[in-house]
Parts: sequence; structure tokens; C-alpha cells
Amino acid sequence: MSAKSEQLKKSKRFQWRKQDIELTLLAIPTTIWYILFCFLPMFGIIIAFKNFKISGGFLSNVFNSPWVGFKNFEFLFKSNDAWIIIRNTIGYNIIFIILGIVLPVMFAIMIGLLHNRKAGKVYQTMMFLPYFLSWVVVSAVGWAFFSFDKGILNQFLGNFGVESINWYMEPQYWPYILVLLNIWKSIGYGMIIYLATITGIDSTYYEAAVIDGASIWQQIRFITIPLLKLVIVMMFILSVGRIFYTDFGLFYQVTRDSNSLFEVATTIDVLVFKQLKTATVGMASAAAFVQSVLGCITILTANWIVKKIDSDSAMI
Amino acid sequence: MAAKTYESGLEKFNRTSTGVNILINLIFILVALACVIPVIVVLSISLTHESYIRETGYSILPPILSLEAYGFIAKQGTIILRALGVSVLVTAVGTAIGVLLTTSMGYVISRPTYRHKNFLTWIVFIPMIFNGGLVSSYFINTNLLGLKDSIWALILPLAVSSFNVIICKTFFRSTIPDGLIESAEIDGASQFRIFFSIILPISLPVLATIGLFLCFNYWNDWFQSMLYIDNPNLYSLQALLNNLMTNADALARNASTIGISAAELVATMPKESARMAVAILIVLPVACAYPFFQRYFISGLTVGAVKG
Repeated sequence: MSAKSEQLKKSKRFQWRKQDIELTLLAIPTTIWYILFCFLPMFGIIIAFKNFKISGGFLSNVFNSPWVGFKNFEFLFKSNDAWIIIRNTIGYNIIFIILGIVLPVMFAIMIGLLHNRKAGKVYQTMMFLPYFLSWVVVSAVGWAFFSFDKGILNQFLGNFGVESINWYMEPQYWPYILVLLNIWKSIGYGMIIYLATITGIDSTYYEAAVIDGASIWQQIRFITIPLLKLVIVMMFILSVGRIFYTDFGLFYQVTRDSNSLFEVATTIDVLVFKQLKTATVGMASAAAFVQSVLGCITILTANWIVKKIDSDSAMI
Repeated sequence: MAAKTYESGLEKFNRTSTGVNILINLIFILVALACVIPVIVVLSISLTHESYIRETGYSILPPILSLEAYGFIAKQGTIILRALGVSVLVTAVGTAIGVLLTTSMGYVISRPTYRHKNFLTWIVFIPMIFNGGLVSSYFINTNLLGLKDSIWALILPLAVSSFNVIICKTFFRSTIPDGLIESAEIDGASQFRIFFSIILPISLPVLATIGLFLCFNYWNDWFQSMLYIDNPNLYSLQALLNNLMTNADALARNASTIGISAAELVATMPKESARMAVAILIVLPVACAYPFFQRYFISGLTVGAVKG
């Protein structure tokens, strides 16, 4: 009896229902897209261990080019640039993660305190604008301010008798400029995410707090911030998981790929792109490999840590 | 009535003091202006007469308004129109393809009784954690798929994002009652029919959200052009501006149409303001559109922040 039902179950498992066939057909185009644009490149990652030649067909090249083991990686890590690039990538990201949480949370809480809701909406809309600009446009904006002979900043400094600064040649200013531009572009986005959570908080919490005589600051500290914690942690994992990735546009377009700024503006993405363009595939593929593998490890680790602390906030 | 007065009283009591309110307003006015003014500066440079820029440089407010730069890029008709055409085409086709691919996958993995639901969910999920990196993607796209110098290189690689698929899946799962689909199945409707004539029409909010995200992504994309496009005929507006940023003469180089020599044109063209005018051409539709679509973006962003 039980054997029979088992058999029945088995035959059912291998039987395609009409619904399954149709849904599979419906999913095929996107699945093909995923195979072509996501999964094939994952296997292409082995070119990091090969002496890859660019000419000719891709598949035959991958199979025919000789294995070189970790030569590409040795080459990458022996160059002095490697440490500058890793320092830049991680350093900027740490600053971006901290400021990218602190400032938007602060602004989101502040906008909730405004007496006039309409004004809040207007500020929000204005602060969201930079998020919609492409990096090419931002680089044009940057040029308007930082251009040596025509730029607005130099004219402004000139009014105070300060000599013109050749911004694109002076690395010492760029860490600040890059951080500032990153905040400028992303603040509206971050604020909206936190604001959405704040407006979703049940108002009875606040009512109860007011009846108990809590001040505004106590309400923020004991109600708003604890309830924001979940979203903050979520945003934190997402950004930590991408700590080996940077916004290529910020570091390449906005600095106009100026050689003088190499030390402060070259991140892994910029290096990979530049070497790809100059056809030095070995080091570029090694750097891209490091980026993908370490990126994967950091996402999983961040998620694992968060799961330990608060299993509800974990992503996976 | 009593409750209402109590609540408004509570609201009043709950308020920060007027001083704090003014301070916060001041901070926001400064920050909001800092976000908008740079774009206005670009606009005003594009409206400044070139001779003035040559003499004194860029300025925040143009002393004399001049449409010279826009006149110049209008005269460069073919290049600008072609780039505009590429941008519009890529945005329209890309958004349509992207929405179709995203929602169909989202629908399929939202069906709890579907046989390969788990397998396909992993297909969508794995790329969120691991990817092949730029180098191998580049070689696959150029060598294997032959996308170099093809308009599809601007469209296909950006069409699907796992994040969007999961937003869709969550939406279908949480808002569409199973009974609706089951009854359609009993009536003999195929899954295609169910998807296209029942699910999509009642899923407009999520279609709008994803469509908007894709639309802005395609319009603002310059990286794909930079990687895959060498042929100036396939430049989008972003690629054209990118080219102008490194080389202000780029517009004049292709301008053999207006009857004067290229050298003469390079000497007389309003390089600085023309560059900014192209930037404005890119920004203008975005800046006009996004305030109206902001609430869709906000709903999309917040759906994205909730785990699928």
C-alpha cells in the first residue's frame, strides 16, 4: 500500500502538468538572459588563471590559452599600485558607508520634525534631484566649478585674492571633493528610504510617550532610532557587501581620468576598466577575480554576522 | 470631536520649539539649494555668450542671456538628432524588453505550485551575490555575443536586474489572490493568457515602478557606450557629452554639413557653452519628469528595502 502510494508520488513528480510547461516557456527568455549575461561570465572568470589572448573567438581562446596559475595575481600584487588601489577602494567605501547612514538618518529625522509638511516635501524633491543625474552630467557640473581658468571656484577664490588652483592636478583636495560629491548625489535617496520607515511607525508609540511626558529628543532616541535599526542594518549589509566595488563614474568621470590624481582616485573598478581598454588583460582579469570573489565572501559574511545578531534582518 | 481636539493638541505639544524649527528649516534650505544650484549653474553657462565665457570664465548668473549654444547645436542637427534618437530608442526598447523579462520571471517564481520554482529562484538569486566581473563580461559580450558596436549592447546587458525580479515576485505573491489564478485555470486559460490579460493589467503599480527605474537607467547610461560603442553613429546623448567633455571640438569635427571648413568652425564654435547645452539637453527631461514620478520611485525604493 505504502509502496504503491510512493510509486504514485514518484510518477507524479516526473509528470509535467500543463501549467508547468507553460510557466517554463514563460520563464525561458529571462532564463536565457541570465545564462548569457550572468552565468557565462561566471565561468569566464577562469581567464584570470590563463594567459589570455584577445584576438579570435572567445571560447577557443579560453580553452587554448595556457594556464599560468597565479602569475596574473603575482603580477598584480607585486606592483606598488595594488595597495594604493585596495586602500582607496576600501577607504572610500568605509567613509561612504558611515556618512551614507549617519547623514540620511539625521536628515530623515529632522524632516519629520518640521512644522510645515509641504516645505518638507519641497526639500525632499530638491534633494532627490542629484540622484537622477548621470555621472557624465555630474562631470560637466564638476568642470563648471573646478575648471582651472574658467571655473567658478577659482573666480570665487580670486575675489579674496587667493591664487587660482589647478584642481585637476592637485590630489590633496580630491578625497574631500569625492566624498562631498558622493554625499551630494546619494543623500536624497538615502533620506527617502529612512523617511519611509519613519512615516510607517505606528503613531500610538509617540502618543504613549507624550502622555508619559517624553520630550522630542527622548522620543527620537527611544522610539524612532530603535525602530529604524532594522533598515539601518539592512542598508549596512548591502553596502558592506559591495565594499570591493566603487562607483566607477565617480572615480573615473568626475576626476576626468587625470593622471595626477592617480593616488587618490584609482579604485579597483577604475584599474580594471583602464587595463581592459589598454588590453592588459592579465592583471585586469586578476583584479576582477579578486573583486568578485572577495565581494561574494563579504556579502555572505556580513549576512552571517547580521543573522547572529538579529536573525530577522538577515538577507539570506 | 473631542478626540480631534485632543489629537491636534497632542500634535502641538509634540512639536519642537519655533527656534528649533527655524534652524532645521535653514539647514534644509541650504542643503536643498546645494543640491539644485549646481544644475542651475550648468543651465546658466549654457545660456551665456561664448565671448563672455572666454573673457571672464563661467558665472553663476549669465550677464547677458544668449541662445547661441543652442543655436549651434541645432545647426549640428544630424549629430544631435541621431544621438537623441539613439537615446530615445534605447530607452524605449530597453524599458519594454526589461519590463517584459522582469515581470514574466517574477510571475513564474511567484507561483507556489510551479515545479521549477526553486531552481529558477536560485538562477535569479545567485547573481545578486556573485558575478563574473567586468573583464569576462566584456569578452563574453564582445567576442561570443558579438555586441561590439551594436545598439543591442546598450539594451540587453541592462535589461534585467535580480533586484527588480524579486520586487515583482514579492508584489505578485502578496497582492494577487491565488483564487483569481486558480479560477482562471479552471476556466481553461493558459498561463500566458493569465499573465498577459489578468496579472499585468492589475499590476500597474509595480509595472510603473520597474518601468521608471529602467527608463531612468537607460536614459542615464553612459558606461555601456563607453565599453562597447566606437562608432559615432551609435552615440547616445550621454556618449556624445562624454566625448565633448574630453574633447570640446568633437561636435565640429563631424560638421561638414554647414558649408564652412572644419577649422573655421572649430575656431568660431561656442565650445564651452555648447558642452553645457548638451548636458542640459540630457537633464531637462529628467528634471521635468521626476517630481511627478517621485511617489512611484519612493514606493519602489521602499519595496526594495523590504526583503523579498
